[in-house]
Amino acid sequence: MTEHIVLRHRDLEGLDQLDVYLENGGFGALESIVKKKSPEQVIDIVKKSGLRGRGGAGFPTGVKWSFLSPDVFPRYVVANADESEPGTFKDREIMERNPFQFLEGVAICAYAAQANVAYIYCRGEFWDLTRELDSKIEQLKELGLLGKKLFASDYSLEMQTHLGAGAYICGEETALLESLEGKLGQPRLRPPFPAAEGLYGKPTVVNNVETLTNLPPIINRGADWFSSIGTEKSTGTKVFSVSGKVERPGNYELPLGATFRELIFERAGGIPNGHAIKAILPAGASAPILPATKEVLDTGMDYESVSQVGSSLGSASIIVIDETVDIAWVESKITDFFEHESCGKCTPCRDGTYWMKHIFERIMHDTAQPQEIDLLHTVGIGIQGKCLCALGDFAGLAVTSALERFGPEFDLHAVGNSSKAA
Amino acid sequence: MLAEIYTQEIEAILAKYPSDQKRSAVMPLLFLAQREYGTLTNEAISEVGELIGLQSTEVASLVGFYTLYHDRPGGKYRIQVCTDLPCSLRGAQAFADELCEKLDIRMGETTPDGQVTVEEVKCLAACDHAPMFQLQEPNGIHYYEDQSAGSAMALIEALRVKGQVD
Repeated sequence: MTEHIVLRHRDLEGLDQLDVYLENGGFGALESIVKKKSPEQVIDIVKKSGLRGRGGAGFPTGVKWSFLSPDVFPRYVVANADESEPGTFKDREIMERNPFQFLEGVAICAYAAQANVAYIYCRGEFWDLTRELDSKIEQLKELGLLGKKLFASDYSLEMQTHLGAGAYICGEETALLESLEGKLGQPRLRPPFPAAEGLYGKPTVVNNVETLTNLPPIINRGADWFSSIGTEKSTGTKVFSVSGKVERPGNYELPLGATFRELIFERAGGIPNGHAIKAILPAGASAPILPATKEVLDTGMDYESVSQVGSSLGSASIIVIDETVDIAWVESKITDFFEHESCGKCTPCRDGTYWMKHIFERIMHDTAQPQEIDLLHTVGIGIQGKCLCALGDFAGLAVTSALERFGPEFDLHAVGNSSKAA
Repeated sequence: MLAEIYTQEIEAILAKYPSDQKRSAVMPLLFLAQREYGTLTNEAISEVGELIGLQSTEVASLVGFYTLYHDRPGGKYRIQVCTDLPCSLRGAQAFADELCEKLDIRMGETTPDGQVTVEEVKCLAACDHAPMFQLQEPNGIHYYEDQSAGSAMALIEALRVKGQVD
């Protein structure tokens, strides 16, 4: 496949300019649904397309929309642009280079949800990008593509950006809503889910940037076209962010189900300096590490196949580890990340990540006793399944999966190991 | 006082949210206060609280929670280097160490002229352009990608000149 659907700016120069976007069919999808389709019909199209959430969870988008509490208004749509997963840098490229397709997607989602206000929650670090989005929203208002009575209908839509201020946890949708309400970004107990009680207690849809950017082409070209791309259960394309030990790190848009081998060796140019690949983190810090066996490399990158080989696709941020890298160090970095980003609400995550971080400090200084490596596993297990959101699970799973799959690399750091080996 | 200096900007911020949900404006107002005062002192925090009818302790808890707010003085310019896993796989740690060495400070410290602080931060979503950092300055945050210690030092020298003029 050579055509880009989400990264369409790579095929069309200047697509970040409104006139170019409009010349190439921009806002035709929004116009057609506002004029000719009911919100329910739009939800049905998106359901039929098979589109699944691109932020990590992979939940069917149309189904998520259909959970909105009936007859409760106002409703809100919130675009999740808090992209912070280590190794993920796709939403930033989409918003910088193809911003109008994203904004049209937000508008389509808002129409389907019957929301008259949409917020775009950008991580605070995307300061310059957010100012750009503000000016693009102004341009749309000037042309009447946002505002009151769109396309001479009764539908009105207002769009606002909101800047976060540095907290990974705000990518979790209920923490994001708390943050948007001016509170600490800490996850809520669910249920109720945001579709029932979201922003300001009202029915709310929260969708990731890439998910929303898929909507205009789905409306324009139909659900059947979209579901013909990818695999049966993972339809469409995915923007894969590749980082770490590859020749050409970057974003690559491929059909879901393309193999790790194609992405890493054909697109990203393989491993530098003639080294061998050792491991893959398929979803940044938030999925178990995979040994880069032949079987894994030939696995399709879709939600089902990646979980069959013992990990998950998540936001598809592929971090490549080669033979020169110590897996214990990799996990110490990941643990540092989660310890820093734990919001502190749930004790197992807050304390568990702290304990793991301190054990890792001893491991990386080669001063850990062998039983401390077992303790690390015990703590990692102890966090999982006991917290309000997935951050704790991910923090624990990262470490336990690495210990189970790359145990000897940790043992090398234990006190007395070198004398035993001799 | 913010209310007098930035009347229109504050109105524009409040207008983004429903009139009965003023609390939503706390984060943009904190950025505004930080721009004006440099550091979010207790006075700045209570001023923000008064604008939206929020207790100082509640505003202060947000300042402690979110990493881009600063309640302790630092350099006018904060160089925030991502040393997370993907960036470290591509030389970010060595870059950060070399930069600190050239500035003759330790990580987290501020240069003696009070202009530049170097800090380590978590993932900035720019992993394909490591080594990289963001510059947090009073007027915003900007990304600098594919950096070397040389290019970062050139920027810092320019900032020092600018910082003395401003």
